[in-house]
Amino acid sequence: MDKLYWQSLDHYKDLKEQSNPDKVKPEPEFSIEGLDESEIKGKSSRRDFLKMLGFSVSAVALVSSCQMPVRKAIPLLNQPSDLIPGVPNFYASTFYDGNDYCSILVKTRESRPIKIEGNDLSKITKGGTNARTQASVLNLYDDARLKNPRLGKVDSDWETIDRDVLNKLQDARESGKKVVLLTPTIISPSTRQLINEFISEYPNISWIQRDTINYSAMRKANELNFGQRIIPNYHFDKADTIVSFNADFLGNWLLPVAFTKQFSTKRKLTDQNKELNRLYQFESNLSLTGSNADYRFTIKPSEESAVLLNLYNEIARATGANTFLAPVTTIDVSKAANDLIASKGKSIVVSGTNNLNIQLIVNAINHLLGNYGKTIDTTKPIHLNQADEADMQQLVKDMNAGKISGLLVYNTNPAYDEADTESFVNGLGKVAFKVSFAETLDETAELCDFVCTTHNFLETWDDAQPIEGSFSFTQPTIRPIFNTRQFQDNLIKWMGLDMDYASYMEQHWKSMLSQHEEVMGNFTDNWNKLKHDGVFQHEEDDSAQATFTEQALKATEPLAEGIELALYEKISMGTGKYANNPWLLEMPDPITTATWDNYVCVPIDLAEEKSLKYEDVVLVNGAFELPVIVQPGQASGTVSIALGYGRISAGMAGNGVGKNAYPLLHTKNGFTNNTGTVVTIEKVAGKTYELAATQIHHNMEDRPIVRETTLEKFKENPISGNEQHIIDEKNNVTLYSKVDYDGIHWGMTIDLTSCTGCANCVIACQAENNVPVIGKDQVRKRRIMHWMRIDRYYSADPENPEVHHMPVMCQHCDNAPCENVCPVAATNHSDEGLNQMAYNRCIGTRYCINNCPYKVRRFNWYEFANNNKFDYNMNSELGKLVLNPDVIVRQRGVVEKCSLCVQRLQSKKLEAKRENRALVDGEVQTACSQSCPTNAIHFGNLKDENSVVVQDNKSDRMYHLLEQLHTLPSTSYLTKVRNKES
Amino acid sequence: MYNTRVRGILIQGNKTYSDVSRDIIRPMDDKTPLWWWITAFLATGALFWGMWGFYNTISTGIGEWGLNNNVAWGWAIINFVWWIGIGHAGTAFSIFLLILRQKWRTSINRAAEAMTIFAVMAAGLFPLIHMGRIWDGFFIFPYWNTRGPLWDNFNSPLFWDVVAISTYFMASFVFWYIGMIPDFATIRERTTSAIKKKVYGILSFGWIGNAKGWLRFETAALLLGGMAAPLVVSVHSIVSMDFSVSVIPGWHTTIFPPYFVVGAIFSGFGMVLTLMIVMRKIYKFKDYVTDGHLDAIARILTFISLIMGTAYTTELFMAWYSGNEYELFTFMKNRVTGDYKFAFWTMITCNAIIPQLFWFKSIRKNITIVFIISLFINLGMWFERYVIVVTSLSKDFLPATWATYEPTITEIAVFSGTIGLFVLGVLAFFRFVPTIAISEVKGVLKETTTLKSFNDE
Repeated sequence: MDKLYWQSLDHYKDLKEQSNPDKVKPEPEFSIEGLDESEIKGKSSRRDFLKMLGFSVSAVALVSSCQMPVRKAIPLLNQPSDLIPGVPNFYASTFYDGNDYCSILVKTRESRPIKIEGNDLSKITKGGTNARTQASVLNLYDDARLKNPRLGKVDSDWETIDRDVLNKLQDARESGKKVVLLTPTIISPSTRQLINEFISEYPNISWIQRDTINYSAMRKANELNFGQRIIPNYHFDKADTIVSFNADFLGNWLLPVAFTKQFSTKRKLTDQNKELNRLYQFESNLSLTGSNADYRFTIKPSEESAVLLNLYNEIARATGANTFLAPVTTIDVSKAANDLIASKGKSIVVSGTNNLNIQLIVNAINHLLGNYGKTIDTTKPIHLNQADEADMQQLVKDMNAGKISGLLVYNTNPAYDEADTESFVNGLGKVAFKVSFAETLDETAELCDFVCTTHNFLETWDDAQPIEGSFSFTQPTIRPIFNTRQFQDNLIKWMGLDMDYASYMEQHWKSMLSQHEEVMGNFTDNWNKLKHDGVFQHEEDDSAQATFTEQALKATEPLAEGIELALYEKISMGTGKYANNPWLLEMPDPITTATWDNYVCVPIDLAEEKSLKYEDVVLVNGAFELPVIVQPGQASGTVSIALGYGRISAGMAGNGVGKNAYPLLHTKNGFTNNTGTVVTIEKVAGKTYELAATQIHHNMEDRPIVRETTLEKFKENPISGNEQHIIDEKNNVTLYSKVDYDGIHWGMTIDLTSCTGCANCVIACQAENNVPVIGKDQVRKRRIMHWMRIDRYYSADPENPEVHHMPVMCQHCDNAPCENVCPVAATNHSDEGLNQMAYNRCIGTRYCINNCPYKVRRFNWYEFANNNKFDYNMNSELGKLVLNPDVIVRQRGVVEKCSLCVQRLQSKKLEAKRENRALVDGEVQTACSQSCPTNAIHFGNLKDENSVVVQDNKSDRMYHLLEQLHTLPSTSYLTKVRNKES
Repeated sequence: MYNTRVRGILIQGNKTYSDVSRDIIRPMDDKTPLWWWITAFLATGALFWGMWGFYNTISTGIGEWGLNNNVAWGWAIINFVWWIGIGHAGTAFSIFLLILRQKWRTSINRAAEAMTIFAVMAAGLFPLIHMGRIWDGFFIFPYWNTRGPLWDNFNSPLFWDVVAISTYFMASFVFWYIGMIPDFATIRERTTSAIKKKVYGILSFGWIGNAKGWLRFETAALLLGGMAAPLVVSVHSIVSMDFSVSVIPGWHTTIFPPYFVVGAIFSGFGMVLTLMIVMRKIYKFKDYVTDGHLDAIARILTFISLIMGTAYTTELFMAWYSGNEYELFTFMKNRVTGDYKFAFWTMITCNAIIPQLFWFKSIRKNITIVFIISLFINLGMWFERYVIVVTSLSKDFLPATWATYEPTITEIAVFSGTIGLFVLGVLAFFRFVPTIAISEVKGVLKETTTLKSFNDE
């Protein structure tokens, strides 16, 4: 024992006692009465146990579940004056990819582009867009984009590339070896000038334009008729009768957005206007345009010239012009001829076939009808699709003959979409140096020695002149994400100039505008305005229409034996340039409703003959296998396959989707054509392929869903076709008092007469509302997440049906069946008439999905974001940048649906509130209504008596979908009126 | 009062009180038989498979099921309604027959009630698992919260469901348990095992069998029965409202509440029949569960089957008579003919036609055939729920949205898991609980036996 130190004897005693272990401890100061043994002994009691349990459970819960990963957001040190977090900026720009053109506004949030809108100031596209334009913003955030320039197969840097390419170019120049610059049609005046300057710097370089889809026969025909190799401008808004042969001008032909806008202006019925234009479509496959035709005829490609010549002769006989010998056909063109004659000077005849004879006949008919100078304008031609495929054919020959020592390929992919890729690729092997200017490592770039990785169009400066005198501008909306360089900057660099393309372009415009300084005034102001507006219309006095020189007309083609093939572009995929865009891949085709694949459209009689069913697999030409869709409206004796599929080097989403049909292009007399190839179709016994179609039943079952009538009946009685509405209104009685809204009751109207079913709205909605892409397999399971869909029904003759397109989204019922059944009130009604979803409240019973008669509700079957099983844009750090920060990304297990773009409504309301004013009608637009190229969708306040939606609702054509259920939707439809004889 | 001469003898074999105790408790004291282990093994296997199904669904998503944008309910709801229906019989059986003072129920009610408990437990799993966000499932309870006025939607049948089923389960459980108290005490008294004595002592709540105890026991049973009787009607009426409150053709029908209640009793009695035949066979309870009992159930089933047939016909008639094209399509073109005619006609055959064979006495007396028919009833009632849930959803108003539905392996696993759970529950019941209410059987012994000693008293 240690020594004890004591102060006094008492103290010694105390210390002694304390140190004695046997000594019983004295009583504590407080009473221990009522405490039990264990508590006195200091063991944990039940109370303590519960306390500890409670503490440890909550601690574990806190530690394990409540800690969220920390993600740092660093604020800007110097806030740019025009960048306010949460407030979007819009920049005017232009979408042009060598094929499609659209003037656009780019919505950026916190400096990143998230949405494309149409530019209202454009005289061409007038604020419309198409699905491909809408989806183009996603290409910016494509993981398949190259991040650096490439030398051979590896990433490199620009110094090396510049040095090496410059060496090669200079060597070639000195030795006078031929180098070719291959581009798509360039519509940018500045770029054209730059290329010309580049060529004068390198005289050994020749420039060839090539188009994926060729329009050269049209240009050739106009050269023969007018002495100018042009495509004239068409004004469908001035035409009362339109006759189209295989020209899908509402979908893909030339300027589909512009033409859809124009076409739809003649598809508006109001109290004042009771006239419609009339569209005749002669075609092999059922195209979007064909599905909107008032009269549609199915013809084989080989019959086209004969039918056209017969049409010409009918009109010639009536107008006293020369007739030509025409083969007899089974197609009766007299009705079309009569209509055309009746609307002389107010009609258009077009053909989408790249055949000189056909285009000459078309021109002759338009001439007979006096359409030139009225509906067709040769003074302001369209500058798209300038290429002559003869140039490309010559290039391939030269390459194979070893005459080409260098090839510069910009933004075109002949190793994929050339009819004869094999000889192109062989020839390319004989070219000494190959430079590709590409955004992604496409099939052609893969074969090149240098890849000068280019910007996305949202990162570039450019201008465009799609139509003579109409200019538009492209401006960067984000700083280049990767180590890329604009195509034009390469040329400038290699020319040895010390400037960038932006200033080059500015200089070019300065010199252009300086010629008109007295009219235009100060350049800097003008230039800023041009960049702000994004468009510029050069109003010049109309020069005289070109004079027409008649040509001999003939129907050349002998009737082919066998099954004729009509290749076509899908509304979603187009030429296949964006084959890695998951939005487009998953967009249901407006006609077949199939996503993710291409397939062989087989007419009903051929299907019966070969005993083919939906999803059977056939061997096409012995070359590749594709599934079959037995397509109503497919011309007998023909089959159709969509181009743009079967990419092998598009990117993760697009590789190996479908089969490449470009090798089936038909080349004859120097013209490459989508039609004319004769193919064999062999059923692969016992093999089927499950297509990912979003609709499997195509018949309306006599239900009053799409209500329609003919113009004749409509004129007699505007209620025609909508008689059911009166009955339903009468029957709709209720015990409950009607809900009344003060101030705002949001409503939407959809005019089925205008709507062409182009599905632009579907993609616009997807982009706006962060709708996930779920992949082929989930679409097969009928789980597509689109908030908006286009229902498509067929009626009448299955061989050549009438087609009904109907956009359906949440109807925002005032008496909503879904709201009633949600046990947790996660879906409820706002005081502005919105049927709203509280995602955080939803527990996913899916009762609302069942009880929705419109079936517009979507369930998050899986975690669609950040899930490797759904490896699309929402699973990529880059791809996620496209997400709209105003819209939540929905969790697994919750139900979602159209919100009428509530984030847009709120922001416009706030804007009006801040300015202390009422909302103006039309100010608030949903994503679908804003970019609709036909203005078929109207949105506004049903409490505002002057609003467009209220006017629409007063129309005799107005009805609600399934109105007999008394769901009282806020969305209404206007009947479809066909300009057809009853 | 019960008249033996009129109604026949309830318990055969001239049992004495001690015979009854011995007979009924014997299986619990015996060594666990082989068949028990085999069945338990299989059921556990099914349960584990079901747990995989649960795990897969909860960890991955409802996407693991075959549902789609149009058919958002499938096997989960079909099986939920099917189990709830089966869970109907026990309470219906004991309570209605108790209130009606049908003494023959005593041999069967215990097993029927046990079946109810396990069936409702199996059923209750489906509303849980079919939620997209099961971790937020507590939102469905109206608890005070910090989210302002946000409260449950008292208009929603799913909310009614939660209330109805939990009430039903609790009432059934209490009723079942209270009935077992005297029997637990009997086991406590008889057993030689110290553990069992302790366990059953606790379970019996200190029952000593005095007169006051019996008096209160009887009163409690009758009161609980009286309170639970409306629940038998309410629970399946409310389940039916999940469908009838909606707008979907084939669901939106006023006939549903009575039709569902009758259907539930039908399927419950079917299951009781199946289980009783098994039980009396393996435990040699033929003296307690007599042929007369089976005959009585068969007669009841004949009658209910007729009601079912009437209900089916009424639905078809109303579809035609209403002139509603959507209804007409669902019933005539989708069910009677069309893609789902197999399911529809299976339902009709199993529920409305096959039980009519019970009109023949020779069939009622042939226990094998009765057993097979009882299985057909279980099958037919499953198909009834399939027809209601799937056909109505797959082809509703807009033909563009029509879609088909097929279950996936996960859904099948979940269903088999609930079967495993049910079977395990029943096995545990067979093993650890007197399967026949000893005290109640003793209560009717005097009135029904021909044993001299009783008659002499």
